[in-house]
Amino acid sequence: MADGNTITARGIPAAIAPPRAGTLQRLARRRSTLAFLMTLPLLAVIGGLVVYPFFYAIELSMLNKRMTRFVGLDNYVFLLGRETFQLVIFQSVLFAVSAVIAKALIGFVLAHVLHTLPARGQRKWRGMLLVPWVIPPAISTLAWWWLFDPSYSAFNWLLAGIGAAPVPWLGDPGWARFAVILVNTWYGAPFFMIMYLAALKSVPDQLYEAAAIDGASAWQKLRYVTLPMMRNIISITVLFSLIVTFANFDIVRVLTNGGPQDRTHLFGTYAFQVGIQSGDIPLGAAVSLFMFPLLAIFAIFILRGVSRRTKEGL
Amino acid sequence: MSGASMATGAPAAPAYRKVGSLRRERRWALIGAYAALAVFVVFFLLPPFHMLITSLKSSAEIADLSGNPWTVSRPTLENYWALLTHGSYPIHFRNSVIVTLCTVAITMLISIPAAFALARMRFWGSTVLATGVFLTYLVPETLLFIPLFQIIGGMGLYNNMWAMVLIYPTLTVPFCTWIMIGYFGSIPKELDEAALIDGANHFQMLWKIFIPVALPGILAATIFAFTVSWAQFLYPMAFLVSSDQMVLTTGIVSDLIRGDTFQWGMIMAGALLAALPPLLVYAFLMDYYIAGLTAGATKG
Repeated sequence: MADGNTITARGIPAAIAPPRAGTLQRLARRRSTLAFLMTLPLLAVIGGLVVYPFFYAIELSMLNKRMTRFVGLDNYVFLLGRETFQLVIFQSVLFAVSAVIAKALIGFVLAHVLHTLPARGQRKWRGMLLVPWVIPPAISTLAWWWLFDPSYSAFNWLLAGIGAAPVPWLGDPGWARFAVILVNTWYGAPFFMIMYLAALKSVPDQLYEAAAIDGASAWQKLRYVTLPMMRNIISITVLFSLIVTFANFDIVRVLTNGGPQDRTHLFGTYAFQVGIQSGDIPLGAAVSLFMFPLLAIFAIFILRGVSRRTKEGL
Repeated sequence: MSGASMATGAPAAPAYRKVGSLRRERRWALIGAYAALAVFVVFFLLPPFHMLITSLKSSAEIADLSGNPWTVSRPTLENYWALLTHGSYPIHFRNSVIVTLCTVAITMLISIPAAFALARMRFWGSTVLATGVFLTYLVPETLLFIPLFQIIGGMGLYNNMWAMVLIYPTLTVPFCTWIMIGYFGSIPKELDEAALIDGANHFQMLWKIFIPVALPGILAATIFAFTVSWAQFLYPMAFLVSSDQMVLTTGIVSDLIRGDTFQWGMIMAGALLAALPPLLVYAFLMDYYIAGLTAGATKG
């Protein structure tokens, strides 16, 4: 093959060969120019509305409140020393970690349960179980808000039915923290369910058959077949959900608006209150930038998981 | 372990019994499965159900503390009627529709050619760009809304719903491009070659081959873009203040809560109507909806 090529290449008269290479080169150049033009709008959106705002946020966060003077890291230092902000850090971590664990567990159980059903019934149940994910969270949280209403709470009505005392769902810091985590779990668990279900379906049946022949119990099948096969998708989903939950805004904003006594504020809602409502743009930018290191670490791990998946697929 | 040794020791009888126990095990597993599903379906559907019940009640019935909050004694549509005929709810709905449709159109116009170029026309930096697109998708809006607030203000678009059309693509374009790269990448290269031999240029190839073949993927991406723009809450909350510019997610709260009076019946009716478009899309196009949802992680 190689020999044949060189021979024909040598055989071509010199006069024809160079122009042919030239057209090829020009074609390649034209093709890449065309490709560049086709990605230009994408580059404009990412560059102009994501990358530029990000660096602009860093610049903003180093200005004083009137945005007239450069103050370096003063805003960050000020925030770290403020007790409210320490509460925000604590609550964001608590909120994200506990909600993601709850979502992952519920999603895992539901995916397994759905997977055992016959295919025909599965669709119907799956359809109903995905509803919380479909309703926009800012909208569905209104329903939760109403369910948690201090005087008309339908949950408290049920509790009164069994003789229990009414619960101050959104009035007490502990309960309010529980309430925002509960609503986030309600909203996000279906996503985990659907991801895990897709992963479960991709595990080949032969592996389970082989495990059954080796005398594996149900638990052993789960531990040594299902979990290793799903490990990558579990880690991608958990990391992705950590990012989204950590950066949550809608649920807390509608349900508690950070209260009572700023105990349920997350980075997003606190940045909104400081930056937009109180008008201290630089401080607000600093609050939301505090999320960045953690998000970046999660993102890198997700990228690693996804590229490993791609390589396995090839 | 013991089961295996028993099976080798006594061939016929235990194996037979084991099949029976397996079937019984399976039946119990199924009963357990339905019980668990029922519990979670109740938990998952409780808020929307309560929303529906409240929206059908008159204000007097809602305010009556002795009534059962989970049932409605005299169902009425007055909340829906009031919502659709008075106040600015129809304007918010219209704004939501306009913003969402424009965002979806812009998203598709940007992401389809970009995905085609990234999937098929290798050029300098194309792999880096594909990775960058994925990373952009992971950037949450809470990280960028403050600088965007300044930028939008600087452009004179503060309190203008067209600013949403400008900003929403940052949330939809990266993911749509990403999953379209996956779908386009899975189209066999032989199709391109056949098209090239027939003398098609790149645009004809995209228009006549890639778009028709990857139509399910395009539909999934469209649904994703639609749900994201319909549900967006932070940007309208930060950038829109007057009622005639607001979209549904922010309009319901700001319009129906006047000081301490909460018109819960109307709030719930408005919320339900606002949730209806995504629910309808989901009900009729569930497979595409789920394909779009899972594509991010299962496609590479």
